[in-house]
Amino acid sequence: MPFQAARDTDLRRTPTPNRPWRPTPVLAGALAALCLLAGAATARAQDSTAVALAPAILAPAPPSGVASADVPDDKGEALAVSWTASPDEAAHPGRVLIYRLLRADAETGPFVAVDSVAAGTTRKTDEHVKDGRTYWYRVAAVGLGGEAISADTGVGKPTAQWLNSTRLSVFLITILFFVFVLGYIHFAQRGRELFVRRIPGIDAIEEAIGRATEMGRSVLYVPGINDIDDIQTMASLTILESVAKMTARYETPIIVPTNYPVVFTLAQEMVKNGFVAAGRPDAYDPNAVRYVTTEQFAYVAAVNGIMLRDKPAANLYLGAFFAESLLLAETGFATKAIQVAGTAQVAQLPFFVVACDYTLIGEELYAASAYLSREPRLLGSLKGSDLMKVLLILIIVVGCALETAGIHAFTNFMNTQ
Amino acid sequence: MNLGDRLEKLDRRWIFLLVGILVLLPLLFPLKLPIAVSGPASRFYEAVNAIPDGSIVVVSGDFDPASGPELMPMLTSAVRHLYTKNCKVIALELWPGGPPLVDGVLHSLGDAMGKKYGVDYVNLGYKSGNEVVMLAFGSSFSRTFPNDYSGTAVNKLPLMQSVDNFDGVKLLINISAGYPGTKEWVQQAQGRYHIRMVSGSTAVQAPELYPYLQSGQIIGLLGGMAGAAEYEKTTGVTGPATKGMDAQSSAHVFIMILILIGNVIYFSRRAAKS
Amino acid sequence: MDLFKRHLPVFLTAAIGILTILSFFIPHPLVANPAQLLLDWAIVTVASGYVLGAANVLKVNGEDALRQRVDWPYKIVLLLAMIAMMIVGFFLSGGTHFLDAGTKFTWAYDNLYVPMQSTMFALLAFFIASAAFRAFRIRTVDAGLLAIAALIVMIGRVPVGQWITRELPIGLQLPTWASWLLEWPQNAAKRGIAIGAGLGVMATGLRIILGIERNYMREEKS
Repeated sequence: MPFQAARDTDLRRTPTPNRPWRPTPVLAGALAALCLLAGAATARAQDSTAVALAPAILAPAPPSGVASADVPDDKGEALAVSWTASPDEAAHPGRVLIYRLLRADAETGPFVAVDSVAAGTTRKTDEHVKDGRTYWYRVAAVGLGGEAISADTGVGKPTAQWLNSTRLSVFLITILFFVFVLGYIHFAQRGRELFVRRIPGIDAIEEAIGRATEMGRSVLYVPGINDIDDIQTMASLTILESVAKMTARYETPIIVPTNYPVVFTLAQEMVKNGFVAAGRPDAYDPNAVRYVTTEQFAYVAAVNGIMLRDKPAANLYLGAFFAESLLLAETGFATKAIQVAGTAQVAQLPFFVVACDYTLIGEELYAASAYLSREPRLLGSLKGSDLMKVLLILIIVVGCALETAGIHAFTNFMNTQ
Repeated sequence: MNLGDRLEKLDRRWIFLLVGILVLLPLLFPLKLPIAVSGPASRFYEAVNAIPDGSIVVVSGDFDPASGPELMPMLTSAVRHLYTKNCKVIALELWPGGPPLVDGVLHSLGDAMGKKYGVDYVNLGYKSGNEVVMLAFGSSFSRTFPNDYSGTAVNKLPLMQSVDNFDGVKLLINISAGYPGTKEWVQQAQGRYHIRMVSGSTAVQAPELYPYLQSGQIIGLLGGMAGAAEYEKTTGVTGPATKGMDAQSSAHVFIMILILIGNVIYFSRRAAKS
Repeated sequence: MDLFKRHLPVFLTAAIGILTILSFFIPHPLVANPAQLLLDWAIVTVASGYVLGAANVLKVNGEDALRQRVDWPYKIVLLLAMIAMMIVGFFLSGGTHFLDAGTKFTWAYDNLYVPMQSTMFALLAFFIASAAFRAFRIRTVDAGLLAIAALIVMIGRVPVGQWITRELPIGLQLPTWASWLLEWPQNAAKRGIAIGAGLGVMATGLRIILGIERNYMREEKS
């Protein structure tokens, strides 16, 4: 809610009233001597002396140059108000305590206090305005002696923008990205062969499932510990369908512990789809996918328990992982399972690289679904993002060269708010 | 079976036992190894020291008890540093396990240093929503947190009457164990509101934050218990992080020895085969 | 039937995805407000899924306990603990919110769950040691460089690194080398991986929005 005038009253201290002057001992002696000599005029002399020696506390001079401007690149709910500081800020430091922002819906008022800032500030953004309405502003300098309102008024009208200009560079790159991806998809659909390099980690998934089949043990698939809003989890679930299809074909049990309810329901759908695609809908076990818990380490404890009890022969960790990555991988190693991991969490990659047999690094996880299915449209999107990467490398090189040469325009253009 | 075979097939529980002993002994018999203060930790200290006495500082405690050993010493040292400078502290947490930890530090140090709740420090508590909360908080503290951690209306607290957004805040200190944390604060708040920001994070996350340190988006960084110990050294108050560094040193040296032994065995076998 | 099973989900995914992307670039309320509303609805939808999750926990573990499958006593412990915490949270909070300070739920969380959580986290120290001994082999030149960097950072970041090299000039001390490795080479590598991962996110998101990747739908396949 906007700042209310009442709140500012709390900030305002009541002006100190004129107190009778209390002289120091030395001065008291001098005054006493004067009183003895002057006689009847003593009280008036004290009064006039008191007035001369205790200056009245004055209200500060008002600020000036109040102006108001629309805040750019927003939804039209903010106005930036600026003003020139009260001259007393420099001339009489401490006389100005705060500046109070006053706003009215009409030029003639009434002006209501909506905010305040400490002295020394000459700018404030009012974020409690409505798009398309005009507002008038005045600024009051407030001090111990009172307040003084600016004579001039700033007028402004917040406007919603249709494009955030600070994000123009990102917008252009996003459009380019769409063009690249859609272009390659188009080429792929017209029959053009698209080369994708071999990714050993993805090839190893089928090998791991085959090994589990030979040993008569299950496959454990951990889709990460983030919720469905993380793209890593989505990527993992699309791979899960291919893995479920393979396990259905080989008649190998699969266990999928999940830690978010929506992930759980989607994982069930993926596994079911996989079994249907393999022509084995009857073999689908609803208990293959289970919800465990959302708590990170409780989930890890449960998955470790599954590994130690059921002793799956193949462990697949594909998705977002955090501190539990090494706990999972080391426990899996202790059960002598073949392990394939894939994550875009850069901090966890070293642990997986050390403890697992194969690791998909970063974008290889996102490439997996295209790689496994070999569907042209999916491969096309891979090539499109590769081309984008080349463009980004060029941008980095050009940007570094320009910065080295002292040209900052390109960097400023690429800066995003 | 020769020594190399025995070591290669060593039951890992022996390794666990040795790690346990090597961590426990320095805690019981401190080695008092000297601590060198790194550049990022020094900059963290300088950033806090540079703000004027009495400034308003926002502290976001985005962690839970699991990361407590690394991050609680940082939080304690930072709050003590702020209280020493008579700074006003507004705390919030974006992890549900965070409020009691942060609250404990604010109150225990506040009581010891004569600080008054509501005037010198406030704990706004936890709010779910991650980046959405950061954005909303930057726009209005009171609208995002109408009540504090103990349920008191925020507009009744004197400290919260003098500030309602980052305009009046001199520094943002984020103590972070993961998501949401420093990265999100940089993306949502630091860039948008141009607030000076420092971060303390777990050791595993700290390397990811170096790009932000280099670009100036954060102006100081404490990484893990080592960073916390360095900060304790700069503030002159020894705490649990300093005591823990001896244990961490012996564990690191042990792991280094394990890596060397493992590779000596590997190379000797390779030489024997060829 | 095709409309609801196939076309409608794809249309909704595309429409909502494109609207959310546009809201990043278009601050106008006509775009920003519906996008924010959708995000709020998403939070509610996700929250309502927890009922389903709890039901699944009961079903899976209850069946295992009834049929006395492997380690069934632990399943009973799990179910009893879950029901006990639900009762404490719902009915024994004394009128306050169950997560408030001082409630029985908070007591149980702080004194039962938190120590267990810290214990699990502490296991990392032991596992790192065993993983380092078991798996860290210098098989190639790259692995050798990695080992050297790892050793420098491990020892340079703790006091013993400073102590060992205290007689050397600051530029040659282990903490200086460790800082340099963290600030420059590892930073560059991390940035590269993060850029690649970011592009992967965009590509996957685009595939889902455009309906190219629609495995999440049950499709009748021949």
